[in-house]
Amino acid sequence: MESIFSKMPVNQCSSFFDFIYQTRPELTPAVRWGSEGNASASVDDMQRYVLSQLSHGTTVLAVKYDKGVVIVGDRRAVEGYQVASRRMEKVFKTDSHSAIAIAGAAGPCLEMAKLFGIELEHYEKLDGVPLSCEGKANRLGQMVKANLPMVLQGLIVIPLFVGFDLKQQQGRIFKYDVTGGKYEETDYHAVGSGGKDARVTIKERFRKNLSQTEVIALALQALLSAAEEDVGTGGPDPFRGIYPTIKIIDAQGVRDVEESDVASECDRLARSRSEQES
Amino acid sequence: MTLPFYVSPEQLMQDKAEYAKKGIAKGRSIVAIEYRDGVLFVADNPSSSLFKISEIYDNIAFSGAGRYSEFESLRKAGIQHADLKGFMYSREDVTARSLANGYSQTLGTIFSQELKPFEVEILLAQIGERPDQTELFRIAFDGTIVHEKAFVAIGGRADTVVSTLRSLGAGDVPDLKAALTRCMNALETATGQTVSLHALEVALLDRTRTGRKFRRLGAEEAGTLLS
Repeated sequence: MESIFSKMPVNQCSSFFDFIYQTRPELTPAVRWGSEGNASASVDDMQRYVLSQLSHGTTVLAVKYDKGVVIVGDRRAVEGYQVASRRMEKVFKTDSHSAIAIAGAAGPCLEMAKLFGIELEHYEKLDGVPLSCEGKANRLGQMVKANLPMVLQGLIVIPLFVGFDLKQQQGRIFKYDVTGGKYEETDYHAVGSGGKDARVTIKERFRKNLSQTEVIALALQALLSAAEEDVGTGGPDPFRGIYPTIKIIDAQGVRDVEESDVASECDRLARSRSEQES
Repeated sequence: MTLPFYVSPEQLMQDKAEYAKKGIAKGRSIVAIEYRDGVLFVADNPSSSLFKISEIYDNIAFSGAGRYSEFESLRKAGIQHADLKGFMYSREDVTARSLANGYSQTLGTIFSQELKPFEVEILLAQIGERPDQTELFRIAFDGTIVHEKAFVAIGGRADTVVSTLRSLGAGDVPDLKAALTRCMNALETATGQTVSLHALEVALLDRTRTGRKFRRLGAEEAGTLLS
């Protein structure tokens, strides 16, 4: 490890991603997967890409409310038609005022979430101040773009980024495409195989300035709808005590909604659905 | 043919050491002291944006005295080292001991091989879950590491600061308020004038925090604590 010190003076940029790319390229995702310099897309590649996009199950969604934004993710990971994991975490706190949720191939997704968290922390420590909300969103776009060679091999990573903008004093939601394109959403968004079902549910019920309780109920409702319609999305599992992950991001920072609260809310939603349909 | 000047290695090292010591002695002092919930850092630093104390990792803090450009590059190298190690292995595998070794190697090499030695002193602190896991390291300009207990000072009048702290209470672990008071007293004795909280940089490694343990204590908060 001493080699790092011997490289002084250190590079002037504050990016951890660039740092490992320069000093330990074997640790960066694109290089390790042996796809660097092979980014030309053939028809086969594109077909594989489309297939991969279809076959990756997940629903993650984010909805704004009056004091910030909530982000929710299901817990199921699939391998083809098999359930690979019932307890997978897809929503990650990335710093004091931001979180990321990821849809796509599990391994690269987890790695990007981890790398992005370190990236933000690294910048904050080197520069002494955290990145702006917009700055974080742009940086993530560049990381998604760097992942493009892997996408062409079918290893897709689509993040959903939420943060509380301390300057604007509001929650913000950013979605991305595989080329690293960054698009800000004004109210809500959902990605993953059940994303469309979730979006439809939110669209029907969303209004501006929801309260925190209302937004949690709406987000869970949307996730439950997605779980009903999409095999790649896991609903609440009361037998094993596995429930969706919910994080709230507001001026105070990022915090988890207690699992017991998520459980009782899921229960309430299930009962009201059964009353409605009986 | 003219003969090149001969300078004995002893003379060369002595000159370099004297040069580095002189540079460090011009600067102000920084002190770190163990308190009940972690480690308190206090630096005599009138600037509110050019920091001398900073976070390296979850439970590790860094402080540098002497030439700013030099300890700043060491600080950055330390953060890169820590983040890389945490990324490759696990967050708990990042230790102050390995960082201190890295700093020692670097400073030692620079001292013996470069024309101009670094005019810096480095202070590293790491806290664990229990009070007895706290570690304090002082690394000198020539790469010497000293593993300290209870408190440590670096910079211009470090000796006076340490002796004052020793007289104020050795053996017991103070609470945060007492620790801050002691540090301020020690710095006042060293500088021979009263120090205001606005001219101090105060930071903590606080065991009671979750996640990242490093936190800065603003002048206002420190004032409330002392009142």
